[in-house]
Amino acid sequence: MAKAVLYDSVLCVGCRLCEAACAEKWKLPYTDEIAEAEKTSAQKLTTVTTHGERFSRKLCMHCIDPACASVCPVAAFEKTAAGPVVYHKDLCMGCRYCLMACPFQVPSYEWNARLPYVKKCDMCAERVSFGGVTHCSEACPFEATITGERDEVIEIAKQRIEASPDDYHPAIYGMQEVGGTSVLMIGAVPFEELNMPVGLPKEALPDFTWAALKYVPDVVVLGTVLMGGVYWITHRREEVAAAEGGQQ
Amino acid sequence: MSRFMPRTFWQWVFAALMALAAYATYIRIFYGLGGSTNLSDEFPWGIWVGFDILCGVGLAAGGFTLAAIVHIFNIEEFKPVVRPAILTAFLGYVLVVVALMFDLGQPHRVWHPLVHWNPRSVMFEVGWCVTLYTTVLFLEFLPVVLERLGLKKARRVLRGVMLPIIIMGVILSTLHQSSLGSLYLIANGKLNTLWYTPLLPVLFYISAIAVGLAMTIFESWHSSKAFGRELEWPLIQKLSRALAVVIAVYLTMRFLDLSRRGAWAALEDPGWESRLFVLEIMLTAVPMLLLFREKTRQNPHTMYVAVTMFLFGFVVNRLNIAVTGMERAAGVAYIPKWTEVVITLAIVAAGFAIFALAAKHLPIFEPAHGSEQEAEGAPNGVQPAATPGD
Repeated sequence: MAKAVLYDSVLCVGCRLCEAACAEKWKLPYTDEIAEAEKTSAQKLTTVTTHGERFSRKLCMHCIDPACASVCPVAAFEKTAAGPVVYHKDLCMGCRYCLMACPFQVPSYEWNARLPYVKKCDMCAERVSFGGVTHCSEACPFEATITGERDEVIEIAKQRIEASPDDYHPAIYGMQEVGGTSVLMIGAVPFEELNMPVGLPKEALPDFTWAALKYVPDVVVLGTVLMGGVYWITHRREEVAAAEGGQQ
Repeated sequence: MSRFMPRTFWQWVFAALMALAAYATYIRIFYGLGGSTNLSDEFPWGIWVGFDILCGVGLAAGGFTLAAIVHIFNIEEFKPVVRPAILTAFLGYVLVVVALMFDLGQPHRVWHPLVHWNPRSVMFEVGWCVTLYTTVLFLEFLPVVLERLGLKKARRVLRGVMLPIIIMGVILSTLHQSSLGSLYLIANGKLNTLWYTPLLPVLFYISAIAVGLAMTIFESWHSSKAFGRELEWPLIQKLSRALAVVIAVYLTMRFLDLSRRGAWAALEDPGWESRLFVLEIMLTAVPMLLLFREKTRQNPHTMYVAVTMFLFGFVVNRLNIAVTGMERAAGVAYIPKWTEVVITLAIVAAGFAIFALAAKHLPIFEPAHGSEQEAEGAPNGVQPAATPGD
C-alpha cells in the first residue's frame, strides 16, 4: 500500500533536526544562516517555518495525482506505487513547467548552474519504497513527523485530534486538496495560518488540462474530414473546367 | 568587408543590438539562467516564455490561416499574400526554437519529448506539434526556393503531395495554438480569475487566427513601403473586415465567459491586474471598432494604426496571462533583466532582417504566373487556380 508522511504542527517544537537530516541525506551544506532563511531552495529541500509561537513545515506534498508528473513533457516525474513522487534527472530538459504547475510551489531550480536540474524532496523513496521511514521522520524526537501507511497515519491524525480536541483545528490537510496528497498535516489553527495554500481545487489538477487535451484525437480526425470536405467542395470548379477542357 | 559595415541609423541600431545580444548570450551560457534572468523558484517563466514563445507562435499564425483560406477554401484572390504569410510563419517558428534554446535549462535535450513520451502533458503535445509544423512550413515554403533555383521537376513532385501537407499544417496549428492556452489550465488557483477559464484553449485559438490576419496586413503594409511595391489594397481591405469579425467573435466569447464565471468582480481588486486587463481589452476593442468603420478601412494609414494597436493588444493579452496574472500567486514581482529584454529584442530584429533578405532574394512577392507558369500550367490552357504549393 501507499505510504504517507504526517506532520503534526502541535507536536513540533521547531528544533530543525528534520532540516539537518534532510541536508545530510542530500549532502547539502547546512549552516545557521541556511537554517534561519526558512525558505526552500535547491540547497534546502525542506524547511521549518515559524508562525508566532507555532511551527509548520514545507516539503513536497507528494500529491496522489501530481501536477508536476502530468505536465512534464518528458515524464521526468513519476508517482511511484509506494507513494513518493520521484524525479529522473537524466530525462529533464529544463522547461520548468513543473515549477509553474506545482500548487504548493515546491520544486526548486539550480538557477546558478550552467546545466541546472530540478531539486525537490523525494520522500526518501530509496527507504520508503522498502518499508523504511524518511530521514526527517527518523530525526524527529517528538513524532511530529512520522511515516507510515497512508490509511494508518490518517487514523493516527484522527486519534490525535479526537484525544485533545482543544489543541487541534478539526481537519487534516491533504485529504482533499488537489485530489489528496501523500503528505498530511494537522495543527492547532486553520492551515492558512501555517503557511499552507487553502482554497485549492478538490479535483486533481491534471484533470483540468486533460479536459482540453482529451480532444486532440477528435480534432485530428474531424479536422481532416472537414478540411478534405471543404477542399472537395471548393475545388469542384477546376474539375469541371478540366473535364470540359478535355472534351474540346 | 565594407559592404557589411552598417550605414544607416537603423543598421547601426541593429548592429549594436546584436553585439549586446552576443554579450547576453555569453552571460546566459556561462552564468546560467540565474545570471541572465530574474526568474526564481516562485516565478519560473518570464518573457522568454510569455513573449518569445506565446506571442511568437501566435504572431506566426498567418501561415496556417492564409494557407487554409487560399488552398482549402479556394479563395484565390488572397494568393498574393500567402507566400509572405508562410515565410513569416516559418521564420517565426525557427525563432521560437532559438528562444527556446535560451530558455531551456538543458537545451541540448530539446529533442527529449520526441523520445521520452508523456501523452498527458500539454507541453509534450505542443513540442510534437511545433516540431511537425515547422517541418510542414519548411515544405510549404520550399516551392519558393525551388522556383528561385529553377528546379521545376522537384517542384512538381512536391506539388503532388502539397494538399495533405497543408491540411496537416492547419490541424497541427489548431492543436498547438489552442494548447498554448491549455498550458495554463494547470494553473488553477494560481492564474488570476480575469484570465483563468476552461475556455483558454478556444480563446487562444481564435485570437491566433485574428493575429494571423493582423500580421498579414501589417507585413503587407511594411513590405510595400520597404520594396516600393503597390499595396494589395482590395485584399487588405477584405482581410481587415475579416479581422474585425474575428476580434468581435473573440471579444464576445471573452465577455460571455467573464460573465458566466462571475469574474468581473475581480476588477474591483486594487492592483496592476485590473489596470492591465482594461488596457488589454481597450487595445482589442478599440481597433475592432475602428476596423468596423468604413472610414478607417479606406485609409491605409488609419488601418495600419488600428491593426498595430490590435497586435499590441494581443501581446498584452499573452503577457497578462504569462506574467501579470501569475504574479500575485507567486508572491514575488517579476521584472525582466536587461539580458532577457536584449535577447528578446534581438530575436525580433533578426526576424525582420531575415524577412527583408528573403524578400529581396526569393520570389516572395512576385505573382506566381509568368514564364514559369506557362511552362508548367495546367493542360488544355486551363489556368490552375490556387494550386497548393504556390
